[in-house]
Amino acid sequence: MTKKIGDQAGKMFEYFGSFLRKGIFSVLSVGPVPDHIAFIMDGNRRYAKKRNLLDGAGHRCGYLALMNMLKYCYELGVKYVTIYAFSIDNFRRRPEEVQSTMQLILEKIEDLIKEESMVNQYGVRIYFLGSLKLLSKPVRLAAERAMVATSGNSKSVLSICLAYTSSDEILHAVQECCEEKWDEGSALESKGAGNGLVFLKGNKNGKTKPSIVVKDLEKHMYAAVTPDPDIIIRTSGETRLSNFLLWQSANCLLYAPAILWPEIGLWHLVWAVLDFQRNFSYLKEKTKLS
Amino acid sequence: MVIDSEEAQELSKVFELLQWVADIGVKSVCLYDPEGVLKKNKEPITQRFSSANLSEEAAVNGRLVTRRNLTLEFVSFEDGKEAVAKAANYLFVKHYANGTKEKSDFTEPQMAEALGAIGSGGAEPDLLLIYGPTRCHLGFPAWRLRYTEIVHMGPLKSMSYGSLVKAIFKYTMVHQNYVTSSCGTSMMRKIDLTDAASIVCILLRMFFFDCRTKVKRYLLACMSN
Repeated sequence: MTKKIGDQAGKMFEYFGSFLRKGIFSVLSVGPVPDHIAFIMDGNRRYAKKRNLLDGAGHRCGYLALMNMLKYCYELGVKYVTIYAFSIDNFRRRPEEVQSTMQLILEKIEDLIKEESMVNQYGVRIYFLGSLKLLSKPVRLAAERAMVATSGNSKSVLSICLAYTSSDEILHAVQECCEEKWDEGSALESKGAGNGLVFLKGNKNGKTKPSIVVKDLEKHMYAAVTPDPDIIIRTSGETRLSNFLLWQSANCLLYAPAILWPEIGLWHLVWAVLDFQRNFSYLKEKTKLS
Repeated sequence: MVIDSEEAQELSKVFELLQWVADIGVKSVCLYDPEGVLKKNKEPITQRFSSANLSEEAAVNGRLVTRRNLTLEFVSFEDGKEAVAKAANYLFVKHYANGTKEKSDFTEPQMAEALGAIGSGGAEPDLLLIYGPTRCHLGFPAWRLRYTEIVHMGPLKSMSYGSLVKAIFKYTMVHQNYVTSSCGTSMMRKIDLTDAASIVCILLRMFFFDCRTKVKRYLLACMSN
């Protein structure tokens, strides 16, 4: 009986919270709403230490905070969300910690693709960005299953950066461009159309012009599936990007609240969006110029 | 330093900022603005630092200038994405276009070498100060921004010596949670005796600069009375 009352009270609280959020978001929506927000979820281990929790518990609390933030973003109308889940640099941590994090990632990927999950509720398509070949087979297969399972969703996009760094992304794009140009050149050579110089395009003056341009590189970036982010939020007050979306963040607002990731809440998102709205015309002008 | 291109036209402010930075003891400054205003004004900026000696590298790419112990580098938007595209072409010509395809993947040192070969190399800054209306790096070369601490200092017109010192002081307190990067540079920072001595010098300079300003104002007030 007490449990029933407790459940009903919980539901009422949830409805009231949802109603309040709708009000706040409708006010925010009067101004420009960011299309794409990226999160660097920093501070899980410090949170666990601060609260005297067991190893790994900080990341689980961080997952709950992530689910809330995703809900708020999609309710606000943010179409694209990108999260920095695991960097290539993180493989250098203690093996037990890496193993425990990978286990949590595997568990949560399975949760995400369940029928009743938030992902299906909000029509979210999931992408995994990064050098997935560095992941263990179970995690890699789970990631591929999640991408296939959500490929029919089209309302919003969640990009999860796993085994990712910007420098690896740029190198990968350069490699892919070179392979593409090699294949094009080889095809021309085999048709007999080339003269050994097909790899460098010549212009009317006889000078060679570069065959790889910025657009080619951008086509091969892991993050080519989404537009450039409007805001990058890094928690725990750290002011560096740690090799995250460096190519894509040229005209992006960087927001670094001092709270740890599991402590992030609605008001931090609201504040970030207000800051974005305040600087919108400046950032839009800079985007046009570049 | 990233400076908004419109604000970078205020060269007197840029001179003052560089003077402060040189006085604090910084050895190398990379000046970036997206439209290349600072690059176009390299001559007046370098002439201001009258004992500037053009290094050999500057003769090649026109970017580097050394004054006493301060090296100035001038960078713009084209040294970012466009430079990576040029480096990609360099790597393609080196590893593919001779008719044979090399099977191994490109590495970060190879990329760094390619960027250096096309004249867009350079060290990764430890600290990036943004002078402009927004906390946004405005396209600073991505390859050089990986683990750089980014601090927004506000508009250039309202810059202050105290904020600059505070930003540098805060930087010295930062701890980064990873060991050797693939470039072979150790990125662990901790306070040691050298850092502690630098912090004390910075604080003393700040104290005396502040006292000097207050004494000047007091004397001016006395003279006007």
